[in-house]
Amino acid sequence: MRLILAATLLATAAGVRAETPADFLTLFATQAKQENPAFSGFSADQGQRWYASTHGREWSCASCHARNPAARGERADTGKSMAPLAPAANPERFTRLDKVEKWFKRNCNDVLGRPCTAQEKGDVLTYLLTVR
Amino acid sequence: MILPLSRHHATSLGAILVLVASGGVADERIRPLNHPAWQQECGACHVAYPPQLLSAPSWRAIMNGLDQHFGTDARLDPHAHADILRFLVQNAGRGKTPVRGQPPLRITETRWFIHEHSEELPAWIWKRSDVKSPANCTACHTAADRGDYSERTLRLPKGFSKPYHAED
Repeated sequence: MRLILAATLLATAAGVRAETPADFLTLFATQAKQENPAFSGFSADQGQRWYASTHGREWSCASCHARNPAARGERADTGKSMAPLAPAANPERFTRLDKVEKWFKRNCNDVLGRPCTAQEKGDVLTYLLTVR
Repeated sequence: MILPLSRHHATSLGAILVLVASGGVADERIRPLNHPAWQQECGACHVAYPPQLLSAPSWRAIMNGLDQHFGTDARLDPHAHADILRFLVQNAGRGKTPVRGQPPLRITETRWFIHEHSEELPAWIWKRSDVKSPANCTACHTAADRGDYSERTLRLPKGFSKPYHAED
């Protein structure tokens, strides 16, 4: 199962075809089990709180992606407008492995000062998929 | 035959002088460039700033510090990093004087930018809510995201129009 998933995602990275947000949930769940054997699933409520929290630092996800992830956002530093983050409002979100990895890597570092856990990524994606 | 030729030269010289006086020359150094990785990666967070506006040492210093890029993490994968650095260096401005021995990291701190903007515009214009900062080129240069900084596409913010000193 894991091999099939990895092969599918590699094909995505090579630009063969787009992935879906559900595929990323599967990937994050696989990784979360590796990080924590007691992993018991993702929570939209937890994801929503996490999305809005500044985690004791300067920025939250909402600082740039907008408090409502179905709305357009605006970068807190440069003011540049950006398309909505919620897949319901912007079907391009969570369809490319390279982009998802790049932005989680950068943004988790900017917001949290560390990489995000698979649990955090899965929780926030679960929340984003509830936004209509 | 000599006289008409001289007159022709005189006309050409006049045209050049008019062009210099109108300020059109400064815009010509910024020519639209096509490089998809530069457009996509740099342009994701801000206007993909024209490579001509900084020197090669400046671009190398900027690309060496993408993990702390003006307060944010802007790391690139190695392939995109090499590709974009090569493009920036190949199209970099030439003959820039380093400030205090260090290559400038901000276009807004180069003599050229200050000359083109600060001498014509009041300082408060950068603080308006619809401008935010001198880094936000598209606030006035409406086609900056396409590499077009010409006078034709320049729109100063509402309530601020030429002559520049109207509200001084």
